[in-house]
Amino acid sequence: MSITGLRRPSPWHLVLVPLALLMLVPLLWMLMTSLSTLAETRRFPPGLPSSLHWENYRQAWLQAPFARWLLNSTVVSVSCVLSNLVLCSLAGYAFARIPFAGSKVLFLGILATLMVPFQVVMIPTLLIVKHLGLVDSLPALVLPNLVTAFGIYLLRQFFLSLPAELEEAAIVDGAGRLTLLVRILLPLMGPPLSTLAVLTFLSVWNDFLWPLVVTSSPDVMTVQLGLSTFQSAHFTNWPVLMAGTLMSQLPVLVLFLLGQRYFVRSIATTGIK
Amino acid sequence: MVTPSVLLIGLFGLLPVIWAFVLSFQHNDLQTPAQWAGLANYRQLAHDPVFVESVRHSVVYTALFVPITLVSSLLVAAALNRRVRGIAFYRVAVFVPVVTSTVATGVIFSWLLDPDYGIVNAFLAKLGLPQLGFFSSPEVALYSVVAMTVWGWIGFGALIFLAGLQSTPDELLEAAQTDGCSKAGAFWRIQVPLLRPVSGFLLVWLTINALQLFDEVYVTTKGGPLHSTTVVVYYLYQQAFSYFHAGYAAAIACVLFVVIALITVVQTRLSRDPDLDTSRR
Repeated sequence: MSITGLRRPSPWHLVLVPLALLMLVPLLWMLMTSLSTLAETRRFPPGLPSSLHWENYRQAWLQAPFARWLLNSTVVSVSCVLSNLVLCSLAGYAFARIPFAGSKVLFLGILATLMVPFQVVMIPTLLIVKHLGLVDSLPALVLPNLVTAFGIYLLRQFFLSLPAELEEAAIVDGAGRLTLLVRILLPLMGPPLSTLAVLTFLSVWNDFLWPLVVTSSPDVMTVQLGLSTFQSAHFTNWPVLMAGTLMSQLPVLVLFLLGQRYFVRSIATTGIK
Repeated sequence: MVTPSVLLIGLFGLLPVIWAFVLSFQHNDLQTPAQWAGLANYRQLAHDPVFVESVRHSVVYTALFVPITLVSSLLVAAALNRRVRGIAFYRVAVFVPVVTSTVATGVIFSWLLDPDYGIVNAFLAKLGLPQLGFFSSPEVALYSVVAMTVWGWIGFGALIFLAGLQSTPDELLEAAQTDGCSKAGAFWRIQVPLLRPVSGFLLVWLTINALQLFDEVYVTTKGGPLHSTTVVVYYLYQQAFSYFHAGYAAAIACVLFVVIALITVVQTRLSRDPDLDTSRR
């Protein structure tokens, strides 16, 4: 805590180094295995690979449609992020500012769905998607996530915290509600909108159960589901499996390292993974 | 402005809840027309040994996972709340598992904990300790799942606790120090009690997620060996999509819903109670 702590090595390093290692070992071990040969992973005691075997990555890439899966995951997650930003802004604004009949009841109804675990709605949602003829398609992955009760709630709270005078001035000037929302209010909402974007992206990208239930052909799988099928096909070839696992995590890992501040703030302020 | 959201949430949020409730009173195989079952599904639940076992596994898992994650997250957050060189690196190291997907976590740990070639058994052998069949022995598998998921969640807990610790007013800590309170004393007597709302939130959030455990089990053990890691949601999934007992699975889901709703309500009531707040001083 003190300034001297910056000059002399702090004793806290003795705690922090093992801690960081403990958290990183699984990921570093994945990296190391992905660059080893199968024989090297079976040595005792385990050690560093003799040379870097990048061919594991080539093999994983050729043996399963990772490119397709990553593309699917990107399309699905980005669509969900965009539609959440638009729909939650509209609904959040209306619930915060426009008085209309039944507004309270509707809002409470939406909040109530927050308490429902996904496993409860999973089977009926599958039946609905079946009725729409969308089973095993990308739209089936997007549709239930187009708008989230959590997003509406989050943005409504932020709209409520903005001073009402902002709008009154604009309305006197003859601006419509939509112009007002897009031109004046949304530019002030950077932090909550980025929070919503980050959390929606993470939860859709890492989702497993819904893709598992609703998709079955490799062409429409997301990368998480793809990885689990890849695992069942290669479960003894650890180097190739680890190469595939690392590839599947790389995009989010890079995004996390680049936008660390946003990730941390988003999760810390709302407390939702 | 609200119409699209209301329609979508109605269709994918409210309607499925009602439908799930109705389903739980039906025999439904997802293909042929459903038949009315009355309370048969619920009655069967009480006499289904595998379901009872899955409840026990979920309870044991939750009872271990939640306190371990909660306490270790708090200690990790305390260690990360220092101004030492390289703290940014340490924080990244702890937070990375938060963005690692559950599937990847499962795949990585099935390699680390591989009975023959995994690094953990190699390490145990070196220490002269007995090697374990982490995911292959019925006595150990559930504990391996606990260890794996704790790794996946500590970063999340630490992140939340760290934000809480950083919001402790500096004046409070300074005042404590002038009064001769040690740093450790200030941590346990001032900062930790102030974290009460944060820990309350984490407690509920971890519990809810623990009761919904599925992904990691699917990837590592598929509920085995000998049902030893069959937790409630895994059993629900099996009933619905391996045996096509959708009505029965819906009954399991409804029970889960009631339990989770109760936990949420009790916790919000407790954390709002002003009497409890003052008695903590």
